[in-house]
Amino acid sequence: MSASSVAELLSRSVRAWCPGATGVADVQRLSGGASQETWSFDITHPDGAIGAILRRAPPGYGAAPGRAAGLDAEAVLMQLAHDTGVPSPKVLHVLQAADDLGIGFIMQRVAGETIPRKILRDDAYAAARPKLARQCGEILAGIHGLAADGLPPLRRMDAATEVADLQQEIDQFGWPRPVFELALRWLRDNDPGPSERVTLVHGDFRHGNLMIGADGVRAVLDWELAHLGDPMEDLGWICVNSWRFGGIDKPVGGFGTYDELFAGYEAASGIKVDADRVKFWEVMGTLRWGVMCVGMMQRFRLGPDHSMERAVIGRRSSETEIDLLRLLAPRRS
Amino acid sequence: MQDEPRPNELVKAVADFLRDDIAPQISGHAGFKLRVAINALDLVTRQLTHAGDSDAEELQSLQLLLGVHGTLQGLNQDLAERIRQGDVDLATPGLREHLWQNTLAKLKVDQPNYAAYKRETE
Repeated sequence: MSASSVAELLSRSVRAWCPGATGVADVQRLSGGASQETWSFDITHPDGAIGAILRRAPPGYGAAPGRAAGLDAEAVLMQLAHDTGVPSPKVLHVLQAADDLGIGFIMQRVAGETIPRKILRDDAYAAARPKLARQCGEILAGIHGLAADGLPPLRRMDAATEVADLQQEIDQFGWPRPVFELALRWLRDNDPGPSERVTLVHGDFRHGNLMIGADGVRAVLDWELAHLGDPMEDLGWICVNSWRFGGIDKPVGGFGTYDELFAGYEAASGIKVDADRVKFWEVMGTLRWGVMCVGMMQRFRLGPDHSMERAVIGRRSSETEIDLLRLLAPRRS
Repeated sequence: MQDEPRPNELVKAVADFLRDDIAPQISGHAGFKLRVAINALDLVTRQLTHAGDSDAEELQSLQLLLGVHGTLQGLNQDLAERIRQGDVDLATPGLREHLWQNTLAKLKVDQPNYAAYKRETE
């Protein structure tokens, strides 16, 4: 759908649910593939423009494939998070059939930065950086503390299922990956068993999905991989070396330490972090990202997304192999 | 036998042309994509330059480790399966060294600026 027809539909939609709104302006497509789109726009209003984001699956792309929670669930989770004080954009409107925009929702646009290299290096974030790891721990404690009875239906994941999924994906490569096999073996041998605590897990809590300002984390975005599972999974995922963007000695997103992350989590939740489980999920996450890199390369081969970016990302899987070796088979003591 | 220049020389000449003469004239999203393209050509140049030697070393190392002869892909498949079955693990003499040697050879082509690679090779 073209920007002008999306603008026309949005203009009609906002006048129906936003009192005083006169229309929309500055409608821009931000990103996303064929099945999911993100648009930025302003709601024009006599009291001043309201910055907004539309996330939607166009008509005909409603079903959530595989691991995704679905946009309806995402809207409910963001609203719940916002209402309980987790930094999250306020959901303004869940799309209805009358909107004719497909499935999805409209949320407040939060100002800030998501590009890792800027967050890790620009002066504008120098004061925020030392606080971020602790803040991430506090936010994750909030997410994991959301009451289970208010949550939308979500898939339930555990370590054994995740390992079996990864094994299956690696089998489909048709290309030998001895280091991935070593990691799978380690994961099987070191599976800590089912977690006593099963909570909401964000599923993709890392750079790119954290809107950061000079004051710290302003919003947690992209809840599409949310599920129920071991809360330590989120703590492990943000420590995966692929999300450190060069800052390899600061395991939490290249900006902080395990201790800071754990201290924030424990202070906010009153629950002790299981460091062994976090390490387990860090290894799992490293392998998961490596498998995803190969998967993107395969989609490049099969088309329809025959893009150069997808092709070259296949050559980033070796980054996760050196990370796995550093974790599981270090050369130097 | 094909004539000279060799593929790595040709690809490098194209990458240098794009980097030095074209990139300064391109901005925005096209500029970003051009940098991705130049990086891909640089990767190909590195592979054409280094992979012959590292493939030969890897084949030798695999034959030593597994005690059989075969192709690079076949032996890697064999190694992957033995690790999966648990017949070969980090207690197996030579496995750790083999995986490190081969992974470093991949990074040397794929991402020589990756921080973990630089740390391990400095």
